[in-house]
Amino acid sequence: MSAVALDKPANATLRRWTDFFLLIAGLVVVWYLLHLWAGEVALTSPYETVAKLIDLLGQAWFWPHVGETLLALFYSLLIASIGGLGLGTLLGIHRLSGQVAEPILVALYALPKITLYPLILLIFGLGLSAKVAFGAIHGIIPVTIFALNAVRNIKPVYLKTARVMRLTPLQAMRTVWVPAALPEIVSGQRIGFALTLLGVLLGEMFASQQGLGFLIINAIGLNDVPVIMALALLLALFAVAVSSALLALDRKLHQRS
Amino acid sequence: MSKVGWIRLAIVLGSVGLLEILCQSGVIRPLTMIPPSRMAVELWKLGASGKLAPPVTKTLGNVAAAFILSVVFGFIAGLLIHALPRFRRALDPLLASYYAVPFFVFYPVLIVIFGMSDLPIIIIGFLFGVVAMIINTLNGLDRVPTVLLKVGRMNRMSALQTAALIKLPSAAPYLFTGVKLAVAYSFIGVIASEFILSGSGIGYDIAYAYNNFDNRTMYALMLFILTTVTALNMALYIWEQRMLKRRQGGR
Amino acid sequence: MAASVETMPDAPKTMRDIHAPVHASVAGVTRIFPAVGEQPPVHALGPLDLDLVKGEFFAVVGPSGCGKSTLLEVLAGLSAPTEGSVTFEGQPVSGQVPDGVGVVFQEDASFPWLTVWDNVAFGLRRAGFDASEITRRVDYAVGFMGLADFAQAYPAQLSGGMRQRVCIARTLVLQPRLILLDEPFGALDQQTRLLMGDELLRLWRETGATVLLITHALDEAAMLSDRVGAMSARPGRFIELVETGWPRERDSRIVSEDSFGRLTGHLWSLLREESMKASGHQMGRQK
Ligand SMILES: Nc1ncnc2c1ncn2[C@@H]1O[C@H](COP(=O)(O)OP(=O)(O)OP(=O)(O)O)[C@@H](O)[C@H]1O
Ligand SMILES: [Mg+2]
Repeated sequence: MSAVALDKPANATLRRWTDFFLLIAGLVVVWYLLHLWAGEVALTSPYETVAKLIDLLGQAWFWPHVGETLLALFYSLLIASIGGLGLGTLLGIHRLSGQVAEPILVALYALPKITLYPLILLIFGLGLSAKVAFGAIHGIIPVTIFALNAVRNIKPVYLKTARVMRLTPLQAMRTVWVPAALPEIVSGQRIGFALTLLGVLLGEMFASQQGLGFLIINAIGLNDVPVIMALALLLALFAVAVSSALLALDRKLHQRS
Repeated sequence: MSKVGWIRLAIVLGSVGLLEILCQSGVIRPLTMIPPSRMAVELWKLGASGKLAPPVTKTLGNVAAAFILSVVFGFIAGLLIHALPRFRRALDPLLASYYAVPFFVFYPVLIVIFGMSDLPIIIIGFLFGVVAMIINTLNGLDRVPTVLLKVGRMNRMSALQTAALIKLPSAAPYLFTGVKLAVAYSFIGVIASEFILSGSGIGYDIAYAYNNFDNRTMYALMLFILTTVTALNMALYIWEQRMLKRRQGGR
Repeated sequence: MAASVETMPDAPKTMRDIHAPVHASVAGVTRIFPAVGEQPPVHALGPLDLDLVKGEFFAVVGPSGCGKSTLLEVLAGLSAPTEGSVTFEGQPVSGQVPDGVGVVFQEDASFPWLTVWDNVAFGLRRAGFDASEITRRVDYAVGFMGLADFAQAYPAQLSGGMRQRVCIARTLVLQPRLILLDEPFGALDQQTRLLMGDELLRLWRETGATVLLITHALDEAAMLSDRVGAMSARPGRFIELVETGWPRERDSRIVSEDSFGRLTGHLWSLLREESMKASGHQMGRQK
């Protein structure tokens, strides 16, 4: 009995990874079947997509586009995650502003912000700043909403405890507020990351002559399906890698509470 | 209306008013943005001329189709995935990163497969909306208190009865969030596709107006989208608050 | 129903019918929760044996975390024992809660989306009673639990104790033959506890049900039950089964009996060391 129980953790990790790869394998099979059904012109096969992607990665002209996208993503993330965190925290602490702002934020979150791209272009012109703006407006709202709720939903009894123990505001911040709110904040950052990336790519598709989004819209214009598929695969791999790391952190923090 | 509601209204009206003043006074150049009042007038004219109705019916029809498919499939898929914890653990990282992949890049692929009809657009809207519904269904099911499920077992309820009478009502607030997001994402998917390739719909008309420097039509259409989505969202919000009120009481 | 207290001295020492058939039993039961991550497996319960005699009122006391709730879940068929067997009315219990068993849980289990009335009617509707019978039983139970003014309220509008009463009512309207209660009065004040105890006793007498009551209040255990099982610190085992010797006709006024004080004192002496173990105190100072 105890032997089984003892070696369970190792098995569980192994099994999780096996499950994950089985799932990926299943998706590849579905992809391949779709390819067979839709035909070569419509949907590139998994093998050819990977080959195309490797080919692209070997081209010198390709890397500046990647760098451009990463740079825009970095700036947008900086604005979205830090700005959203600060704004959300303030709104969470100040109850009335939070109540006033929350429905407005939710309404903004629901807006198809892509509609605004002409406006962004008119303000910022083509180039990096338009992309960053586009990424940031996509990401900052969910980060703010999550941070707001994280701070607002800290159980009042925790805060009272901090007061009873006569912690200084800084101590209370460090030992009570942050640990209590952190799990939700990380969830918000996770969603913020995904939407910021989406926003940057959208920005590049419409407001730029550089970056992966630009390559995609170009390929769409030329109806170059292999390139579309290869770039989509690259983006999916990147998104899954970053999200998985954030998700693991998220899980760890939520398990504790 | 409550004090909070009045403040909120004042802030929204104030922002619109400020924008109006900035535009009227020329701080924001008319080439960048026309005053909100002009947008409304232009929208009214557009409506009266009969040029608004065709793209609106097209876009809203596609959004509605995508939304309904998302909610129904998302809920059923959520129930199934929740029942398979191993599959779900493997799937989680994919769900978490789903929205970072701009699915409308597959729009041309879908056009090759399905032809130049509404179907590719509806599929894109569905692909965007369905995962929000799945994620929130899972979220809600995760938070059904175990003790309530024990009550179900004590009453010797079948799996179907437990799902309908305990899990569904218990998860309802989360399902509602899923429904709201499904509306938002269906809009995003549909309009983004219209921007990219389609030859009709509001998204296409906005892009067309932009390319022809027709700021008046463009802003009128943008105003239309923003107000429609916001009105829809507010209606859902009020409905949701009403439902939650009695459940949460004063707490 | 209060008349019996004066007749106590003449009453036989024990009123529990020790010749009655066994109603539910656990034999050699243990429960070990498997390891989770770094946390090693938890041996929560047993090995432990218990025969509940039909119609008796059995109380379980023990230090916090000793496995009382775990015992209840195993007995109810809500979770399977790691080893050993459970029977109810002669049938083995496994995987399913048997018909005729009612449970009131330690946590708040009221449905937040149903009114008090609908909460109480929930089980009856599932069991397919006809509408007039449901109305009759629910109205009675809601009144009985002092919730008549709140029949159409939602649980969120009630206090913790009132919500617990909703759950008790929801279980009792089904008229279970074996009632398992996990600290049902935990959220009530002492006076209400005593009164609810009286009501529980009356119900127990009227229905002839077998009752297992988990409580952290020694006086409550001593007052209500025919037998008290005192449990050791985790892994929980019975260190002694104490016969209270109360007559079947009894109520909260027995708290003024001399023997009541002796009983509670005895229970405390049994549990003092165990409770210290459970809360990690060093012992031996009082030896
Ligand atoms: N799901 C679980 N997984 C792992 N361990 C558990 C689980 N449930 C209970 N335990 C462990 O089993 C032991 C007994 O728990 P149980 O809930 O039965 O205690 P209890 O006697 O009812 O305590 P209390 O009086 O505080 O309600 C505890 O030490 C607890 O840590
Ligand atoms: Mg317990």
